[in-house]
Amino acid sequence: MKVSRRRFIKMLSVVSVAFFIKSKIDKVFAKEEKKKKRYIMVVDINKCIGCGSCVIACKLENEVPLDAEVYRTWVERYIVTKDHKVYVDSIKGGIDAYKKNPIGKEIKKEDVIKTFFVPKLCNQCENPSCVQVCPVGATYKTEDGVVLVDRKWCIGCGYCIQACPYGARFFHPVVKTADKCTFCYHRIKKGLKPACVTVCPTRARIFGDKMNPNDEVYKILKNEKVNVLKPETGNEPQVFYIGMSKEVR
Amino acid sequence: MVEVHGFDWTIKQLYTYPNEYIYWSVLIVVYPYITGLVAGAFVVSSLYHLFKKEALKPVSRFALLLSLAFLLVAPMPLLLHLQHPERAFNIYWTPNTSSAMAMFGYVWLTYFIILCLEIWFVYRADIVRMAMEYKEKRGFFNRIKYYIYKALTLGYYRIDEEALKLDEKVGKFLSAIGIPAACFLHGYVGFIFGSVKANPLWNTPMMPVIFLVSAVVSGIALTIFSYIIAMKIMKRDIDMVALKTMSYYLVLFILLDFALEMLEILNHAYKQTEDWVVLKNIVFGSFAFTIFGVQFLIGLVIPAIILSLPGLTVRRAFFASILVLIGVLSMRWNVVVGGQSFSKSLYGYMVYDYPIFSTNILILKESVTAVAFLLLLPFIFLIIFNKILPAFEFKEEKHSTH
Repeated sequence: MKVSRRRFIKMLSVVSVAFFIKSKIDKVFAKEEKKKKRYIMVVDINKCIGCGSCVIACKLENEVPLDAEVYRTWVERYIVTKDHKVYVDSIKGGIDAYKKNPIGKEIKKEDVIKTFFVPKLCNQCENPSCVQVCPVGATYKTEDGVVLVDRKWCIGCGYCIQACPYGARFFHPVVKTADKCTFCYHRIKKGLKPACVTVCPTRARIFGDKMNPNDEVYKILKNEKVNVLKPETGNEPQVFYIGMSKEVR
Repeated sequence: MVEVHGFDWTIKQLYTYPNEYIYWSVLIVVYPYITGLVAGAFVVSSLYHLFKKEALKPVSRFALLLSLAFLLVAPMPLLLHLQHPERAFNIYWTPNTSSAMAMFGYVWLTYFIILCLEIWFVYRADIVRMAMEYKEKRGFFNRIKYYIYKALTLGYYRIDEEALKLDEKVGKFLSAIGIPAACFLHGYVGFIFGSVKANPLWNTPMMPVIFLVSAVVSGIALTIFSYIIAMKIMKRDIDMVALKTMSYYLVLFILLDFALEMLEILNHAYKQTEDWVVLKNIVFGSFAFTIFGVQFLIGLVIPAIILSLPGLTVRRAFFASILVLIGVLSMRWNVVVGGQSFSKSLYGYMVYDYPIFSTNILILKESVTAVAFLLLLPFIFLIIFNKILPAFEFKEEKHSTH
């Protein structure tokens, strides 16, 4: 079949107009869907008692072997003494709570001027270095801001572990891929809270969507003075701390 | 106890984040070492092929083969250290454009192709001659050799003057694009470390440059070292002009390398930013010996002096080249292991208790034994290459009698 020039131009213009209309329609629908979510966590250091429930709950929920010394979340203990020395430890990630003296050093009760616990986890950065450096794109950020690892695609090079400023990543001892906190993505997608948030007895961890004005975390960010870990990295961490002291790194 | 990667060889001191271990082991120490040798050896050959340093003609082919032998080994430490080596090709299928490491596959492949082409053009006339020679010969091995050479000719048998001129032209062109490719191959390795902003010891724009210059240093030293050994094995005379020329370039690059590496340390030591509280205990503490003793003194200063003193002898050049090779290896060690020897919390340290041998395959593959094997492997490749494509052309009248 021969197509005349006139006919060809006609066909071409019809097709391009169709594409143009489709793109406009797409844009309209996209705007309606764009009620973006951004999951974050607020940790109130003043409330944490270092019981380690979150660490156990996390390990059980996410199948990280209990005896393996790698943690999706862990609790650090800080002790500041009269001579303004800082002692930090996190014995087994704080899983057994803190009953004994830290780092093998005997610190007398009367020498302590300040002590507090800091729960840590993946900061689900807005600008995550782990996602930037992953050579195969196995780690990625979801639309709602959670950074995940594709266990079927990760080659296990460890570059993300090196790139994370927070030590949040490790090699999962069983599946042998990079692993980290997911905000319990499988739970939050069902409307549940992350395991650590659910079990925390003092509500030191609060989880929510910072884009939703009715959400608790929205109100906290509005009313409280919060801080993040290592802001100088430019990663824009999305785990916010209330009552964070300068000793915390 | 389940296997946590790094648990067996990491000793923690004071406070480190619970997930922190020495994840990048000796394998990642030798990986930049080997790619550096590749890049450096290529530069030696290019000095002849591209810049017409006639003095380096005797080693120009040898340096090319050396470069290829090490290039073939370069991905092996990476493969061994991957937790899922069976997925290694993912970096070809879904490269993440923002990842420096994702380029490795492509850069390596590009460089591999350039190097193979360069070797082919340099050797083409010889290959054709060999193919002709073995065509007539009888016997099983001669037939095999004939088929190998026949295959290597790729069906192109012209060796008239015009064809040879074209070979040289193309060879020169490949050398010209080979140098930036070699620099890219190694500069990017430096960038892998230099771009990690989470690690204060690595995080410096100097890193690619330092890696590149030290790569050239190690590559020249490797060529000197292997050339002397090869000549001793083949019982041939060493070309002193070539040796002296290489030594001359080696000293030049050593001086540059020394300046850059010192500058980097001074930069840390003078600025004393937040991370200096731990870095000072690495640089002037646990790593002081390997940094100032081995990397600088044994690896750069002493060889530079040995090579600069008048009346260079083979023995001195050989000794200096060994020192340089040790020094550059120690520089890689200081970067890779040193950078992982402190906690990112800046509250503690990690000591690398490297495994030498183990019956556990997971530990064995990241042990010193595995690394020693990897460093030996290129020389085995080299011997095989040399059997097919002789690296040296000896003039018969110069044949030494001893």
